[in-house]
Amino acid sequence: MALVDVKGVTKRFGGLTAVSDVDLTVNAGEIHCLIGPNGAGKSTLFKLIVGLYPPTKGAILFDSIDITEERPFARVQRGMSIKMQAPSVFKELRVRQNIQIALQKRFSDAKRVVEEDRLLTLLHLAPESGKLAGALSHGQQQWLEIGMALALQPQLLLLDEPTAGMSPEETFRTGELIKSFNAEGMTVLVVEHDMAFVRQIAQRVTVLHLGKIFARGNLEAIIQDEKVAEIYLGKTHAH
Amino acid sequence: MFKLLDGSQTLGRGWTFWSCFLVVLTAALIYPVFADSYDVGNFSYFLIWIFMALGLCLMWGYGGMLSFGQTLFFGISGYAYGVLAINMGGGSTTIAALILSIVIAMIAAGILGYFMIWGGINGIFFGIVTLSATLVLAFFLGQTAGPEWHIGPARLNGYNGMKGMDPLAVGDFYIEGSALYYFMVALIVIVYLALRMLVNSRIGNVIVATRENPQRAEMLGYDVRKYQLLTFIIGSGLAGLSGALYTSWGQFITPSSIGLPAAAMPIVWVAFSGRTDLTATLVGSFLLLFGFQTITVYSQQAALVLMGALLLATVMLAPQGFVLGVGKLVADRWTARRRRGASAALADASRLQPDET
Repeated sequence: MALVDVKGVTKRFGGLTAVSDVDLTVNAGEIHCLIGPNGAGKSTLFKLIVGLYPPTKGAILFDSIDITEERPFARVQRGMSIKMQAPSVFKELRVRQNIQIALQKRFSDAKRVVEEDRLLTLLHLAPESGKLAGALSHGQQQWLEIGMALALQPQLLLLDEPTAGMSPEETFRTGELIKSFNAEGMTVLVVEHDMAFVRQIAQRVTVLHLGKIFARGNLEAIIQDEKVAEIYLGKTHAH
Repeated sequence: MFKLLDGSQTLGRGWTFWSCFLVVLTAALIYPVFADSYDVGNFSYFLIWIFMALGLCLMWGYGGMLSFGQTLFFGISGYAYGVLAINMGGGSTTIAALILSIVIAMIAAGILGYFMIWGGINGIFFGIVTLSATLVLAFFLGQTAGPEWHIGPARLNGYNGMKGMDPLAVGDFYIEGSALYYFMVALIVIVYLALRMLVNSRIGNVIVATRENPQRAEMLGYDVRKYQLLTFIIGSGLAGLSGALYTSWGQFITPSSIGLPAAAMPIVWVAFSGRTDLTATLVGSFLLLFGFQTITVYSQQAALVLMGALLLATVMLAPQGFVLGVGKLVADRWTARRRRGASAALADASRLQPDET
């Protein structure tokens, strides 16, 4: 069953068409990766889905409801949760307070503190909980933002390059974390460059090229596709 | 609910802070016993402006909205109090006039704020639009000297100022002199404690989150526009409270209390004090008002120049505010001293242990 249905979406910036007549379906319960070379339109499509850009044409459905005109907060209230490409945290607030603000809608004070501790431990940020979020390393800020997104317990987790700036070990840990939440029923849509990370988590892949859908399917099929290898993976990586 | 009095958004917590608070409050309460009535009246005058400063602290320091519109809402409420008090006949109705004038200021803030916030005006443009609205009101009121500018028997009187309204009263008892002073102190305590609870609450968390990163706050499911509007209405309403109290205190209000020099004053008070903390704003604004008034006795121009110099010094030397900086320094030293004391006690205890066993 489709949780997200992008129907014929186009986004133009003046004379530049960043996304052109794209159809994309993300099924409930899957980890769906959106890949493509630089300038393919991945991040633009991501921003269209989360509501940061209004589409020039087309419609976006979430759980069969048309959300094309809705602002990001309304989409989040419907069950989306978003992690942007660059770390986007409350830098002048403490790490725990960042998590607290994400959790406070769902929990009473006492239960919230327990959940804060659980998340901070899960994210390996418990020793840093009293620090200002801006004092964390880039990778830790990425983790913190992922934690804030997870704190909402969304139906759909949207991640734009979640492992940028992370070490290989941190990247692997992030992949395992995403897989564990997916195993509990969370649908995940990831925009990612790192093919090792995509291999680790992807169940279905969509390849964008020049703003259009170029290919889609499972990762193995995509890797075997000569045309995809040519435009993105490079022939030497195909096997 | 009262546990929200202490929290991560406010400086000062625990028995030390609240003991100091009680000492200051006690001193404020017994002050009229020792001071002459002129000084008590002067102190009431300083306290009038504190509400406006606290309102700006909430909007600018906590919400990230630099509003130059505090004297706009001060003026709206001040004139509204005058018009209502004159038209309603004075006496006990002045209390209703006070409340209504604040409500009017808040409604005006709601309308202006709605168009600004939903229109996506933020940052420096927020300051420009609020300043423009302030100047429009000041210029408008300045040209109302003619007899045709009246609302019922209340004449606006242009730059000559509006007068003839009753001070606050309950029955035949006029709230003036020491009574007005105590009324102000009570209101300040209520407003200060209520604001502490607000900024340490869940709503306060979102207000601060919106200041830090509005997009992230929205991505957590908060409609940040509503929180910004709420902050703007409360902050402007507090300016309205100052305006109504000012008119009641002096039974007089002129457009000069709205115009550019007046509009810049709250910015100086709050910037100098430390915009991100209510206590720093309360203390710093009072000190500045006291200093300003003292210098004004000798030269008003010198006082204005000093305010400008203080703003420059704040921006260049202590962008977070002088009073807040001193407060944090004292708090850090106090904490370090207590930690050293605790460590020394622990070391003594561990030295004693072998002898005891």
